[in-house]
Amino acid sequence: MGTIHIDTDILIIGGGAAGCFAAVEIYKKSPNCRVVIMEKAHIERSGCLAMGLNAINAYLHSGQTPESYVSYVEQEFEGVIRKDLVYTIAQGLNEAVKDVEEMGLPIEKNEDGTYKKRGKRSIRIFGERLKPILAEAVTKTNARVLNRVVATDFIYNGEHICGVFGYGIKDSKFYVVRAKAVIVATGGASGLYRPNNTGESRHLTWYCPWNAGTGYAMGIRAGAEMTGFESRFIALRVKDVHAPTGTIAVGVHSKQINARGEDYLELYYKHLGGNKCFTQHRLLATVEETKAGRGPCYLDTTTLNDADERRLKEDFLNMNPQIILLWASEGMNPRKKPVEIQGTEPFVVGGHCQAGYWIDKERRTTLKGLYAAGEVAGGAPKKYVSGTWVEARIAATTALEDIKGVFLEDIDSGLIQNEKTRVSAPLTKKSGISPLEVRERLQKIMDEYAGGISMNYALHEERLLEARRLLKGLKGRLKDIAAINNYNLVEALECIDRVDVARILVEHLIYRKETRWACYQTRLDYPKKEDSRWLTFVNSVYNAKTDEIRMIERPLSNEYLY
Amino acid sequence: MSIFIDENICNGCKGLPEARCERICPGNLCYRKENMKATIRDQSACWTCACCVKECPVQAIELRLPFQACSNGASLKARLKRDKTIWTVWDAGGHQEEFIIQAKYMKGNW
Repeated sequence: MGTIHIDTDILIIGGGAAGCFAAVEIYKKSPNCRVVIMEKAHIERSGCLAMGLNAINAYLHSGQTPESYVSYVEQEFEGVIRKDLVYTIAQGLNEAVKDVEEMGLPIEKNEDGTYKKRGKRSIRIFGERLKPILAEAVTKTNARVLNRVVATDFIYNGEHICGVFGYGIKDSKFYVVRAKAVIVATGGASGLYRPNNTGESRHLTWYCPWNAGTGYAMGIRAGAEMTGFESRFIALRVKDVHAPTGTIAVGVHSKQINARGEDYLELYYKHLGGNKCFTQHRLLATVEETKAGRGPCYLDTTTLNDADERRLKEDFLNMNPQIILLWASEGMNPRKKPVEIQGTEPFVVGGHCQAGYWIDKERRTTLKGLYAAGEVAGGAPKKYVSGTWVEARIAATTALEDIKGVFLEDIDSGLIQNEKTRVSAPLTKKSGISPLEVRERLQKIMDEYAGGISMNYALHEERLLEARRLLKGLKGRLKDIAAINNYNLVEALECIDRVDVARILVEHLIYRKETRWACYQTRLDYPKKEDSRWLTFVNSVYNAKTDEIRMIERPLSNEYLY
Repeated sequence: MSIFIDENICNGCKGLPEARCERICPGNLCYRKENMKATIRDQSACWTCACCVKECPVQAIELRLPFQACSNGASLKARLKRDKTIWTVWDAGGHQEEFIIQAKYMKGNW
């Protein structure tokens, strides 16, 4: 395996929404700064924006303020959020959206040129090409993009992050990229839990199946402090194809109905707010209806008119073409039959919920020289794509400031050799455990013992302790993982990353002994929300040498206000 | 099956270092075989994101749903124009519907 050495000023891991935006921001502020983006696929269509996007769900319409946005997120997340982070995001939302419009994103507007209101905090976009638009903006900067290079681990000398190791999927080269600052901007973690779809359709998932939580895993292994992993995200989606329900519910105002045709949110869940309930309660109500024998549940699209139906289909083509196929197989008409909905498997994502690096207001992680933005940055749920851009802007600005007077570090050759050996190990084994076997084992453990779909997402101590035990055992077996080619090797590395993320997740789920967020974190043994005890952040630090996970509580102190 | 590549239409993007579908697939799943026809290494690993469908300049690739998810059959193709995307969907009975959707605002300053 040949080695490629690259030196840069700022290295961005992940060329997604946050990564692209960060590169553009650095160029605008400091055109001579050297920037490298390390991207697992091709920057033009990688990650969760590959299919496109039909709405931006974090935008301040006229009359709304950063303060009102923080208060909305605080309510939805039952009081446990980093207000300082959410506030700084809210402050920059509209400017970031404007910037991306300038790059070429079409946005639906009123006659006076303002963006048309789609929902309370949402605007309608024609974002089928959002990712290529962001990537094109990057080509106009000096950033060097390493496409199809997977980041494997940080280069960490015990004091600060000096760069990143990577592996080239196409060229089979080992990459050693030295940098003065590293911005981790990768996606969250999918594939931890057994999904709804299996076999041939196993990747017909809501969240991008190649977002393997690598950005989290690298930080975990280096000993970065992580927060909020127990705040899992479970999406309520169109059954089988996982198209977003918001496109129907917000876009064309369809109601959620149960198998009897009842407006179940209003009829049975008025105490949670009825049709105005939180996102998590829409899911909870749907799960409860099924348990009560009133499922399946649907979005009632049968009342749409011609124009609405057309609009709906266009919106989905911009974001989720699979549902168009589903309708086509039913005779092209969603008005014939309401759309069935269900919950997905749980994911660990910092863009919807708040799992991620524990960061300061300037987006510094607890490891010197490492900054986080977007899905892997913790504490700020509901940031969505526009919040991710704001975070990228803040992280880029901080990194640019911090690298002044910083020099590249010499990398110990032993460190390089160790990582090279770790990364290539699966290829050297003639026989062993396949990535497929590890994935299925992991997903089975998580599903059955850590609150997956088969358990209606519910958790309790005894099962979680069993998950802890089984995952430790699985981690022990990973040294026997074998890969037959490069593609398979990347799958193997993803498995290793997912197991590291899953172990942290389970520790967080064990630690929070209350029920804070319905379905995302429902403890059967502690069914109540206990504000007197648990209005606190649950954080963790992993020690790779001793294989111990230390839990840390961080109170909701004034430090995290705005 | 998630995508269907029609080998009679696929020209393998001859002259390019890699096929366009190979370049664009976010899962690194597409590649060019020795006969210069594009293929997918693992149908079960496909996200059905349709990136390859859009990228193919000769419309050799169709998006379908895996049989497990839908047994009725329907397919989808796309053509990218400079500022819009044209979609054609065929239902199980072969009926066709077309959508032309704005995809890029061309006066962008960036």
